[in-house]
Amino acid sequence: MTVQELPGAGADYRPTPPPAWRPRIDAAPLLPDAEPHRVLGTPAADRLDPDLMRRLYAELVRGRRYNAQATALTRQGRLAVYPSTVGQEACEIAAAAVLEEQDWLFPSYRDTLAAVARGLDPVQALTLLRGDWHTGYDPRECRIAPLSTPLATQLPHAVGLAHAARLKGDDVVALAMIGDGGTSEGDFHEALNFAAVWQAPVVFLVQNNGFAISVPLAKQTAAPSLAHKAVGYGMPGRLVDGNDVAAMHEVLSEAVAKARAGGGPTLIEAVTYRMEAHTNADDATRYRTDAEVEAWRAHDPILLLERELTQRGHLDDEGIQAARDAADAMASDLRDAMNAEPVLDPMDLFTHVYAEQTGQLREQAALLRAELEAEEQ
Amino acid sequence: MATATAAKPATMAQALNRALRDAMAEDPTVHLMGEDVGTLGGVFRITDGLAKEFGEDRCTDTPLAEAGILGTAVGMAMYGLRPVVEMQFDAFAYPAFEQLFSHVAKMRNRTRGAMPLPITIRVPYGGGIGGVEHHSDSSEAYYMATPGLHVVTPATVEDAYGLMRASIASDDPVIFMEPKRLYWSKADWNPEAPTAVGPIGSAAVRRQGASATLITYGPSVPVCLEAAEAAREEGWDLEVVDLRSLVPFDEDTVAASVRRTGRAVVVHESTGFGGPGGEIAARITERCFHHLEAPVLRVAGFDIPYPPPMLEKHHLPGVDRILDAVARLQWEN
Repeated sequence: MTVQELPGAGADYRPTPPPAWRPRIDAAPLLPDAEPHRVLGTPAADRLDPDLMRRLYAELVRGRRYNAQATALTRQGRLAVYPSTVGQEACEIAAAAVLEEQDWLFPSYRDTLAAVARGLDPVQALTLLRGDWHTGYDPRECRIAPLSTPLATQLPHAVGLAHAARLKGDDVVALAMIGDGGTSEGDFHEALNFAAVWQAPVVFLVQNNGFAISVPLAKQTAAPSLAHKAVGYGMPGRLVDGNDVAAMHEVLSEAVAKARAGGGPTLIEAVTYRMEAHTNADDATRYRTDAEVEAWRAHDPILLLERELTQRGHLDDEGIQAARDAADAMASDLRDAMNAEPVLDPMDLFTHVYAEQTGQLREQAALLRAELEAEEQ
Repeated sequence: MATATAAKPATMAQALNRALRDAMAEDPTVHLMGEDVGTLGGVFRITDGLAKEFGEDRCTDTPLAEAGILGTAVGMAMYGLRPVVEMQFDAFAYPAFEQLFSHVAKMRNRTRGAMPLPITIRVPYGGGIGGVEHHSDSSEAYYMATPGLHVVTPATVEDAYGLMRASIASDDPVIFMEPKRLYWSKADWNPEAPTAVGPIGSAAVRRQGASATLITYGPSVPVCLEAAEAAREEGWDLEVVDLRSLVPFDEDTVAASVRRTGRAVVVHESTGFGGPGGEIAARITERCFHHLEAPVLRVAGFDIPYPPPMLEKHHLPGVDRILDAVARLQWEN
């Protein structure tokens, strides 16, 4: 339901002097989930498509392996930094899975897995984290916006792109990803507001993984849930178990379909947990206990789906092994590719600052070139 | 000349409006957005009539949020549109700085040229209009200090049109600084045969002279021309260079002038310390040292928060302060 469909609001909403106060909006229809929506382990799982679930299972296993390999590469000095999504793979995989070819993904710096799941070469996805100066891929070719490090700043981009596509009459939905800490940023607010006012075909996916580096959610917000924030903008706020890939796929699919049909934006809060530290450079033992982490292990996204599928006879040992083998092959390729020394040309630093180099940049490029030539001799 | 007969007095505001209208008519990807730009036509009426002519989807009243305006413009440009955004006043643009510095200025570079952002950001700037606080800043130095942005500012009616068309046509982001107090300045101009300015980055010699060069831009250009007229009484024949574009900086035109005159004063409203004049003076010294008869001087706004309207006349570079600087150019040598 959009705000326009609710009584008392809409295009003609204006302040009215008393006693004819305009009626207030009932927030309840915008917040349908009393608790995080779940499918796995509930009767709703009867309706699951086994083929889709097996595909998602293979993706989850591959995602976990990707996380492990990327973290290993930081220890070997092959990656400058890696923000892990171990424990959050269901969010990353589902986000990529619900998009059509023409849709756009707007990842944060933590979401390289979603980009890889959308089909991006892992080596390209990790270019920035490797320490290179560019994104590593053409965003327009794969319809994946550059990874955004400044928090929430990619959200207005998603709104603008979706709005532009809608103005052109194109069938495009933008899915923007953000963490719980990012919801405190001003750009989060402005993006949601613009999206709702313009009824832009955007889906905002917040992965509430419990921490913004070390700061827990309680210090981030006093809202009853992050989904509640949607109400202030007049859009629905959904609450989902972020470790239940079936639930994630369902809720994301509904939101994407609604956006595609002209129903406007949706905010989704996925309740999940960051099993590893913020990045390889962080020490999580300073702000949380092992017991807390262990408690989440029982609610692991791969475990939840594997249990459901094996109990229903949709997945056997052979299927599990096949998924693991495919993941190992991906990891092996990634390892080999990342072990090759990257070739960087320092002169490229000047090439793309402007369409045409300014006089100053030409001078500075000449200076660097001379220095490089002197080094070679 | 046929065009000369059709010329009639026009304001800079009218020329800017005409430039936006012509750009929108020629290119359906040009979209205007900002606060009050639609129904009202902007607080300075620069977008007057454009929402009516092109529809609200092409000239859009946005929510009141500058980071959101520029951030959504980035997304629109990513999809192939050519947004022209209005930041209502100089100091109101500051909330958009993160989008500007972290994304707009860097997107071409970080995508290796795959995703340039052809966004024109209109910033009405400068004082002299009796504005209360936050309405009179000269913010150009912030933009100049950020690689990836072009920064231009017109001083004449004709350039207002030409530079706006060039900015919108540019595939790079352009900060288009509009000198507020020149909005209502008039000149004979033929809107039916407007002149385009070539590629962004060329300065214009507004007055030729042999004794010294005044290097200036935007709202200080008419002040410098007035000072040059007054200087004739003192026996000085001043050249006035209107930079038009701060980035790219037309070093060749400036250096050629200073080499000829041997003396230079940089004039702008922006603060002196950390302002554009320091960079310009340094470049002149590097290129023209052996031609200089005196140190390059600056006449700039004081290094203070922009003063209230009742005191701003003491802050703005005026004719007397410019002539005092010219007098200090070691004429006794």
